[in-house]
Amino acid sequence: LTHIQNTELETYFTSNKSLTGTLYLTATHLLFIDSHQKETWILHHHIASVEKLALTTSGCPLVIQCKNFRIVHFIVPRERDCHDIYNSLLQLSKQAKYEDLYAFSYNPKQNDSERLQGWQLIDLAEEYKRMGVPNSHWELSDANREYKICETYPRELYVPWTTSKPIIVGSSKFRSKGRFPVLSYYHKDKKAAICRCSQPLSGFSARCMEDEHLLQAISKANPVNRYMYVVDTRPKLNAMANRAAGKGYENEDNYSSIRFQFVGIENIHVMRSSLQKLLEVNSTKGLSVNDFYSGLESSGWLRHIKAVMDAAIFLAKAIMVENASVLVHCSDGWDRTSQVCSLGSLLLDSYYRTIKGFMVLIEKDWISFGHKFSERCGHLDGDPKEVSPVFTQFLECVWHLTEQFPQAFEFNEAFLLQIHEHIHSCQFGNFLGNCQKEREELKLREKTYSLWPFLLEDQKKYLNPLYSSKSHRFIVLEPNTVSFSFKFWRNMYHQFDRTLHPRQSVFNIIMNMNEQNKQLEKDIKDLESKIKQRKNKQTDDILTKELLHSVHPESPTFKTSLCFKEQTLLPVNDSLRTIEGSSPADNRYSEYAEEFSKSEPAVVSLEYGVARMTC
Amino acid sequence: MSDCLPGVLGALSTLDSITLMYPFFYRPMFEVTEDGWHSFLPEQEFELYSSATGEWRLSYVNKEFAVCPSYPPIVIVPKSIDDEALRKVATFRHGGRFPVLSYYHQKNGMVIMRSGQPLTGTNGRRCKEDEKLINATLRVGKRGYVIDTRSLNVAQQARAKGGGFEQEAHYPQWRRIHKSIERYHILQESLIKLVEACNDQTHNMDRWLSKLEASNWLTHIKEILTTACLAAQCIDREGASVLIHGTEGTDSTLQVTSLAQIILEPRSRTIRGFEALIEREWLQAGHPFQQRCAQSAYCNTKQKWEAPVFLLFLDCVWQILRQFPCSFEFNENFLIMLFEHAYASQFGTFLGNSESERCKLKLQQKTMSLWSWVNQPSELSKYTNPLFEANNLVIWPSVAPQSLPLWEGIFLRWNRSSKYLDEAYEEMVNIIEYNKELQAKVNILRRQLAELETEDGMQESP
Repeated sequence: LTHIQNTELETYFTSNKSLTGTLYLTATHLLFIDSHQKETWILHHHIASVEKLALTTSGCPLVIQCKNFRIVHFIVPRERDCHDIYNSLLQLSKQAKYEDLYAFSYNPKQNDSERLQGWQLIDLAEEYKRMGVPNSHWELSDANREYKICETYPRELYVPWTTSKPIIVGSSKFRSKGRFPVLSYYHKDKKAAICRCSQPLSGFSARCMEDEHLLQAISKANPVNRYMYVVDTRPKLNAMANRAAGKGYENEDNYSSIRFQFVGIENIHVMRSSLQKLLEVNSTKGLSVNDFYSGLESSGWLRHIKAVMDAAIFLAKAIMVENASVLVHCSDGWDRTSQVCSLGSLLLDSYYRTIKGFMVLIEKDWISFGHKFSERCGHLDGDPKEVSPVFTQFLECVWHLTEQFPQAFEFNEAFLLQIHEHIHSCQFGNFLGNCQKEREELKLREKTYSLWPFLLEDQKKYLNPLYSSKSHRFIVLEPNTVSFSFKFWRNMYHQFDRTLHPRQSVFNIIMNMNEQNKQLEKDIKDLESKIKQRKNKQTDDILTKELLHSVHPESPTFKTSLCFKEQTLLPVNDSLRTIEGSSPADNRYSEYAEEFSKSEPAVVSLEYGVARMTC
Repeated sequence: MSDCLPGVLGALSTLDSITLMYPFFYRPMFEVTEDGWHSFLPEQEFELYSSATGEWRLSYVNKEFAVCPSYPPIVIVPKSIDDEALRKVATFRHGGRFPVLSYYHQKNGMVIMRSGQPLTGTNGRRCKEDEKLINATLRVGKRGYVIDTRSLNVAQQARAKGGGFEQEAHYPQWRRIHKSIERYHILQESLIKLVEACNDQTHNMDRWLSKLEASNWLTHIKEILTTACLAAQCIDREGASVLIHGTEGTDSTLQVTSLAQIILEPRSRTIRGFEALIEREWLQAGHPFQQRCAQSAYCNTKQKWEAPVFLLFLDCVWQILRQFPCSFEFNENFLIMLFEHAYASQFGTFLGNSESERCKLKLQQKTMSLWSWVNQPSELSKYTNPLFEANNLVIWPSVAPQSLPLWEGIFLRWNRSSKYLDEAYEEMVNIIEYNKELQAKVNILRRQLAELETEDGMQESP
């Protein structure tokens, strides 16, 4: 533990003012404590980049950009200290081995059985049962039980009932990384399925009888509609370019009863640089409206979000309107395919819009099907070209849905932000590694904890007070995807820039009011039963009095206490606005929630609020 | 017939004579309990100030609208300045708009004044009475700020046409700040572009964003809000009084003075207070509604004086309301309602360009006031913000582009369904209502229990 005194923290959007305090470097966090004892914790794993700027008169500036989009500027008085801390952070933020990640040392004081229970909270076999499989059309295949067919798939896979092992083996040899078509979501009522795979190794003319057979089996597994859609989530040009490398897409002529469709979502590299551009725009000081919108446009970010959403809607419509099954793939089938399959299922099935259901959805379509979290989030010091905000985009799509359908989700925005926080925190084992096989080899279930039970325990924070679970209108969501429906997600990309947000949160007030209402209902019950008791007692008393004519005198202290009852009747509405906020320092999100709910206005920002008074 | 219909509609929507408009034929179907024409009398408004300070007085110098045709008959001026001086100052200010009191900040006694530009011309004309008037508003040893809503360049060019700005040499106690706020056709084109962008649902993302940007609407919002924040900051943080003007002092000036009051003054965030603000700072202050709000976004022929000045103001208020959702007594619907009535209404409130025109049209006798309608309890309930809780603090909005979204309630209103949003709003209201109910019930039960307990006690003790 090292510490440097008299460091200044420049709050980026607040003002020209800065806070002076002490900077501590712990094994897991960078900690800044200002003169008011307010703590700013930054997890080493959250650090995306550290930059040392040229020495100024006040000291050496250190800029830290985080994966949760926090940006902090420190000014360290001595250049040597700055250099030391810079080097330490570079090392600490990029670990070479999984075993050095926070999750392996994080200890929430649970015993082994509690830990195991935590991991068992989400049970995918249970989830497939909920969907209605296995059934007469779909069965559990044990082909991949030892990860022999596909290393990046889970052990348990669901395939059409008639699929024999040779068919699976043959098809997997014809698909990138062996990712052959399997079930992702089954729609019980429509008997239609969302399936997923990777691109076929078709090149310009190659065919595979087993693969053709498997696709036919999938369409036959749908008794209502005999044709199925094959959705290639890539832009057509990219898919065609892949043909030259012996990969590509399905030829409609070779597969009976398929309808082929491109949906044009860009690849991970385009997405990475898109986010990069967006962040550059956001971090500009004194940003003008025009620069903001032209930056937003040229980053292409919202265009990509819309593309993912449109693809998911395509899936939902195919199933709901045409009763057709859909097979989705991209190149390897673990990025865009995960986005589209999970979002499509979420549109179709209200279960995934509950807190537990959303966890299940992430476990199923992202974790178990081998979305490469560790590479995409850059958990380890690896290839920066593998990093890409694919999962962040998924969360953003869900956020857009919560904006359009404020009553359709059991969870709130804070839940999405907290999950985003933890895909990068490496504090829990869920998102470590790139596929299930790797996770088993890392013995994550024995050595780390699962995030989900901790989120469930804190459920209150993540509940949407406006959620209406009973309403059947929300069975299938049909979002509007006209361009103006997509907005910049300020609470994600400026989560820590307090002054940019509304100073009063309607959401928090309603959330607390909902909680209070529950308490009040309870109070009313209590009071009513007490009153009833009293009344009964009175009648009893009268009876006994008549019988005995004497009773024990009641203690006078009890009587006086009654007189004060009136004054402490109830907290008035105001108190709702101040209850929230307190939480352990370990929880990074709490800081945000607390800041969000402040009802008193902050000082106007000189940088943003008001132009400097120059003549 | 279908051929002539567009022509007829066009003619009907652009009547030549004001007296042919709907308000003159509208017969109210409700009982008027409070005549809105007398709801906000200047004398009553002044009482709020006169109880706090004796430095100001009501002047009737403009009784016949002779000194300043665009001012109301009654204005508030420094006590030490007599009507004779006011007449002289009026000749030195554009349109006769001599500096008058717009807002008195009770917390520290600082004020916002507004006026037309000084007519200095190229040879630097000055007016001793003008200097005396505005200096009279300063405390001993204090300085003030002149906020000119034009860029320095534009203000300098205005001198060639006889206008100008306060020279430091002649107003040594005042510091001048130029903040450029656009006017007239630039604003009108901005609105037309924005509405066009919002109406085309086929735009892809890039085109939508670039059209939104090109409309510059949100840039104008940011400019106006920034200037209002600056004025409020001078008053509340610097403890300095402010004089605000642009050219005529009837557009950008009023945007700034009224928004500064929203920021500074809790009363202006209540329904009555906001109505009073519109009455004072827009209607009485002579914003030419008739000229500015003739055709809205869809006029084929370019109306020279058309400009969405008032709509921009409402949008700015909405932006602050969004950032402080519990600090306003009214909700978004109230602002939308005002927007609609400013452009087309069965009420006479927004007719005419000034008090003098309204007087000549005899609106008070011949038409109904919007406030008579709106202030009925049944109407008010639609516009009341269920989250409102008086906030006596100054509220500083963020004006970063990330904090200033498009006002969907106005611009996307007819382009997308708001069903789910409306239902969510209703649910929110239900939760709040239910909370009140439960609280009331708990209170009754507690009282009941307490009574029973005392009864018991009494019975038990002889």
